[in-house]
Amino acid sequence: MFQYVAARLLWLVPTILAMALVTFLVMHATPGSPLDPIAEGANPLPPEAQKKLAEYYGLDKPLYQQFAIFVGKAVRGDFGFSFVYKTRTVAEILRETFPISLFLGSMALALAVAGGLTLGILAAVHQNRGWDYVSVSLATVGVAVPNFVLAVFLIILFSFVIPLFPTGGWDSPRDWVLPTITLAMAPMGIIARFTRASMLEVIRADFTLTARAKGLSEGPVIFKHALKNALIPVVTLLGPLFAAVGTGSFFVESIFRVPGMGRFFVLSMTGRDYPMIMAVVLSYGVFLAVMNLLVDLAYGALDPRIRY
Amino acid sequence: MALSTRALGTDPPGASTVPVVVDPTTTSARGTSLWRDAVRRLVRNRLAMAGGIVIVVLVLIAVFADVLAPLPYTKTNFGRLNESPSRQYPLGTDALGRDVFSRMIYGARVSMLVGLGAQLIVVAIGVPIGALSGYMGGRTDLFLTRFIDVMYAFPRLLFVILVMSMLGAGLMNIFIAIGLTGWVGIARQTRAQVLALKEKEFVDAARGLGAGFTRLLTRHILPNALTPIVVAVTFGIPEAIFTEAALSFIGVGINPPTPSWGQMVGEGQQFIRSYWHLCVFPAIAIAITMLSFTFFGDGVRDALDPKMK
Repeated sequence: MFQYVAARLLWLVPTILAMALVTFLVMHATPGSPLDPIAEGANPLPPEAQKKLAEYYGLDKPLYQQFAIFVGKAVRGDFGFSFVYKTRTVAEILRETFPISLFLGSMALALAVAGGLTLGILAAVHQNRGWDYVSVSLATVGVAVPNFVLAVFLIILFSFVIPLFPTGGWDSPRDWVLPTITLAMAPMGIIARFTRASMLEVIRADFTLTARAKGLSEGPVIFKHALKNALIPVVTLLGPLFAAVGTGSFFVESIFRVPGMGRFFVLSMTGRDYPMIMAVVLSYGVFLAVMNLLVDLAYGALDPRIRY
Repeated sequence: MALSTRALGTDPPGASTVPVVVDPTTTSARGTSLWRDAVRRLVRNRLAMAGGIVIVVLVLIAVFADVLAPLPYTKTNFGRLNESPSRQYPLGTDALGRDVFSRMIYGARVSMLVGLGAQLIVVAIGVPIGALSGYMGGRTDLFLTRFIDVMYAFPRLLFVILVMSMLGAGLMNIFIAIGLTGWVGIARQTRAQVLALKEKEFVDAARGLGAGFTRLLTRHILPNALTPIVVAVTFGIPEAIFTEAALSFIGVGINPPTPSWGQMVGEGQQFIRSYWHLCVFPAIAIAITMLSFTFFGDGVRDALDPKMK
């Protein structure tokens, strides 16, 4: 066990370094540099000015040194100034917007877990009957239809047809409802499908039969005996779910005008704000790598059948 | 979302122990091939067939867009901006007075092109790398699997966005971006298959008869490894369509004026309060397309592997 954890932790370092390298190289290969004049079609800057600028941005150093400096700064959370918001550092912007995304993401994830488990259990218990079809259809729509498309439908339905919620903004709890539901749909579908399959398997297992045979009623059989065992494989889903919620937030935050990191990321894409893009991509990558590791470890701890 | 379609194809470990009702007609002693059986099962799956029919219609629309569209997608009419659906403009006009209906028809072209085309690139990269990794083993395998692991750790969509921000918008660049990031899943599948198959007796026999490396791989191993690859490709198509729509939605996908459904939703949703028709129709088109491919993909998976229900 200890060896496994240590090995996994050690592998985290090259994985993250490789991510940093890919991000760095991609951004380095991207056309455009601070040495070019800002205005399009303008005369090139005089060589002395170019040299000064290169020195200022560290672009005169060999590539591997630039990478080392980039990593060194990134470790300390320093990603430099944003190209678009020139007076603010990337770290400042992230510090301001990340908590909003985290809040929205946590609400969505909580809703997804609660809703997905409920739908999955309902479907498995009523296999091939009404509830099963309802939950499977809902899960399929959530998984298959992109969230920005769902968002459009939800806005039409719940802002125009039945004017319950606003079309966007982030001022009152009423504004939270639609973005949270939209963001939760995809992970909810995944959880529901997985829970259903896993429950179906467990319901047919011998120990469930034993529980029934000793005279337990349906409630305790499902919740105490079946569900506990069915949930174990569902835990493995959490890794991909973090990714689904993370990348999903770009679109949901853009549509509902939520001032979170995802919306800023989309804005920085159109504004070609490279320091911002690098910072977001890298922090997401690291966050997900760590989450995946935690999920794997939790899985081992939860399921005594797994040995390392 | 990008990961979700992948999760569709995976059941929890051990889920295949669910008893399967096997249709006696498909398992009779008459020599029916795996593929013929699969097609029969697929045809019997009504949901999958409905999805398949919609896909065929979409492909036809994409191919014959020039004939079907009443107006060119660039034709502007500045006298009639943002108009609601009418007889002349069945789905209304956009902010430049262009016919939304015609632009939707041309939008099918982009979606189908990306969905089907990108999978060609993905297979062309993923299958050889996976096969090589699985067959060679040793250091090559270790290096390739590590590389694949690192690629896998990146959230797909984020990586695609990163690559697109380097290459700039454009159809060709979308192909490159999806190809560069999408081969990983198929490479993994292929590797696992080849790894299992290369120890089988029939491969040994072929080797004993003097079959060389290329012949072994292309004639004996890969044909037997095809099932999961086909399944991965059928799920890869909607994923690619989703990716294009998502990229165009944020404005780094297809270059205007070429219409793409994702881009139409992205531009239209800003005016959803005043001009709902701008984003609703392309949104419906995306939803129908994604659902059709999902149903069809589910059908293909169930047909090829009846145990995985």
